[in-house]
Amino acid sequence: MNKVLYKEQLSDEVFRMRIEAPLIAQERHPGQFVIVQIDTNYGERIPLTIADADQQEGSITIVFQAVGDTTHRLAKIEVGEYIENLLGPLGQPTEIERFGKVVCVGGGIGVAPMHPIAQGMKQAGNEVKIIMGARNRDLLIMEDDMQKIADELIICTDDGSYGRKDLVTVPLKELCESWKPDLVVAIGPPIMMKFCAETTRPYGIHTIVSLNTIMIDGTGMCGGCRVSVGGETKFVCVDGPEFDGHLVDFDNMMLRLGTYKEREAEDHHQCHLDLAIKEGKA
Amino acid sequence: MSHPTPEQLREDAAQLLATIDPSALKPRDRMAIPVQEMPTQDPDQRVCNMEEVAVGYSREQVILESLRCLQCKNAPCIQGCPVSINIPKFIEKAAEGDFEGSIAVIKESSLLPAICGRVCPQEAQCQLYCTVGKSLRDVEKSVSIGRIERYVADYERENHLVKMPEPAAPTGKRVAVVGSGPAGITVAADVRKAGHDVTIYEAFHKPGGVMVYGIPEFRLPKSIVAEEIENLEKMGVTIETNFLVGRTRKLTDLIDKDGYDAVFVGSGAGLPKFMKIEGENLIGVFSANEYLTRSNLMKAYDPEHASTPIYESKIVAVLGGGNVAMDAARTAKRLGAQKVYIVYRRTEKEMPARVEEVGHAKEEGIDFLLLHSPKKIIGNEKGRVTGLELLAYELGEPDASGRRRPMAIEGSESILEVDTVIVSIGNDSNPLIKKTTAGLETNKWGNIIVDEQCRSSIDRIFAGGDIVLGAATVILAMGQGRTAAQAINERLAQEN
Repeated sequence: MNKVLYKEQLSDEVFRMRIEAPLIAQERHPGQFVIVQIDTNYGERIPLTIADADQQEGSITIVFQAVGDTTHRLAKIEVGEYIENLLGPLGQPTEIERFGKVVCVGGGIGVAPMHPIAQGMKQAGNEVKIIMGARNRDLLIMEDDMQKIADELIICTDDGSYGRKDLVTVPLKELCESWKPDLVVAIGPPIMMKFCAETTRPYGIHTIVSLNTIMIDGTGMCGGCRVSVGGETKFVCVDGPEFDGHLVDFDNMMLRLGTYKEREAEDHHQCHLDLAIKEGKA
Repeated sequence: MSHPTPEQLREDAAQLLATIDPSALKPRDRMAIPVQEMPTQDPDQRVCNMEEVAVGYSREQVILESLRCLQCKNAPCIQGCPVSINIPKFIEKAAEGDFEGSIAVIKESSLLPAICGRVCPQEAQCQLYCTVGKSLRDVEKSVSIGRIERYVADYERENHLVKMPEPAAPTGKRVAVVGSGPAGITVAADVRKAGHDVTIYEAFHKPGGVMVYGIPEFRLPKSIVAEEIENLEKMGVTIETNFLVGRTRKLTDLIDKDGYDAVFVGSGAGLPKFMKIEGENLIGVFSANEYLTRSNLMKAYDPEHASTPIYESKIVAVLGGGNVAMDAARTAKRLGAQKVYIVYRRTEKEMPARVEEVGHAKEEGIDFLLLHSPKKIIGNEKGRVTGLELLAYELGEPDASGRRRPMAIEGSESILEVDTVIVSIGNDSNPLIKKTTAGLETNKWGNIIVDEQCRSSIDRIFAGGDIVLGAATVILAMGQGRTAAQAINERLAQEN
């Protein structure tokens, strides 16, 4: 049982939560994730990347988008209430060292797990430029946090409601040309990570992506998270979640993410219906 | 042939029992008593529910079956039992109707008889050595030791006669147990009895290990496992779920920082193997671990309540011939698949699955596609499985395992239309603990190397079960747990 210490709605569907988890806070490193399950008997286990941790408070921060059954229910948990099951930290930590020039690309809620990585990269003595992308201004999160770290912060929105009206790959390509980074780290929707990797490929710039696949245990036992990396099958939970973006078979990964999409679409619809009823809109 | 109902089997047994004077039975008479069939749910009904298939003997049946035992002086059956239960003695008491006395004998040696009576491969253990089976030249005619064990264990539990062993006076020593499967549970109980403080660390949200995530409800009801866990807690064992040793805390930190005097690692088999063939990452291909965990632990068979989805299948191929393959096939059938194939590259004789499980699977309409092995998995433009390309095999000379080596027949390719493939060809060991523990020696398969007392290469760290044995059985894991617990207790006693 882990107590929710703080909750904030960052945008329409995006929430930030601080959860009591002293052991995870102590052991975790940037890049790692947790498995969350809301109800022991019938709940689903879902992986969420750890956005931050506070060892003194003994807490971790997660940022999530209410898109499925579990994330919708998670969003309804109030401060002072408990999450029944929280396992972590899982996965391999990000390799943080002095690479020289690093570009961090965060898309959507991918900005949250990018935060500790960018921070770590900066502390390790790297020059860090950050590109943040979102569909529109309302969905942009953690701008101030990222501003504090970045040597340069570039913001893109799909609709141009804030920052540049571009996909993140446009400024990324410009930086590849003009700044010649030594490393690119991209975290966000699979399609964004795929095209970030395609953008850097011609320049031969090492590009790390963080994958979020279907998982049950998160410890290597089920193999549901497997992806093809350089023609070899890897488990995201124990071999990842970070991989060389130039080697990941994104097309297969995106198909696999849709394994249960019919059921999920139904749940999402149902949840919004429930919320609407609660708010008196239906 | 119609399926005999439990009531019919009970009546038949009652009639026969009425004609027998137990005190006058000669060995020949005992051997003339027919093997008592295990009453089961009707196959047509049971494929529509998740309830236990084998419903257990009646009182009449258990007494008759027990009377088949010759009470051999040399008790050859005992050498087949990994925990050396005094088998003739518990059967003698069962034959007298003294079921409480019978279970007391078992509990001198085994901690989990209700579980072992259900899932032990008795035909390859105790019953393999049974004189009755040998005399009748058929291991299936051996005394049904496991069924009797199950009866007396159920009798004890259902009549609330379970007595908790009283732990010895507190020693002030603390022992951590990693994993709450059969090995971990056994160690926890035996070490707690010696008066040590015990904490079990379990990675999942529920304790029980493979007995909860792997073995289906229809073969081992979860309520039985839950009761064994409750009993441990009543003995004063602490269970911490959601705790992954190696990540939440390093193995050596348990000793160096948290002050445990000994640690037992029983973390299980861990990492599912795949065939390494084309198409294995298509949608609709699952490891048996994933498929069974979704259904068992996550309760996906109950979509009304459970949030975890499970793939909707019409035609399923399960690759492999072990007990886990049978579990996966029978689960798929219960979840609504119209057709389920077991694809195995040798013949039924070489199948590692228990004869009983194979029999149950056949009764439930599972198709056995023997002497075939997949060459690749075929998918459509949406990345979903549509078929399996198979190669036919024949058996050649015996290989290192003593089984005849399967050899592919060139040009024998054929296509089997399926929408789901469940890969059930075993597990590699989970690398996590090894990777995060410097100095812990493992073999080339990643299994922890231990000596005959289950001691690892690191002082105070012991290991047992599948993490040492590779994929094995509940009873072998328990056997190792016993050994390790004794070693831990001896070690800690020396330090007083």
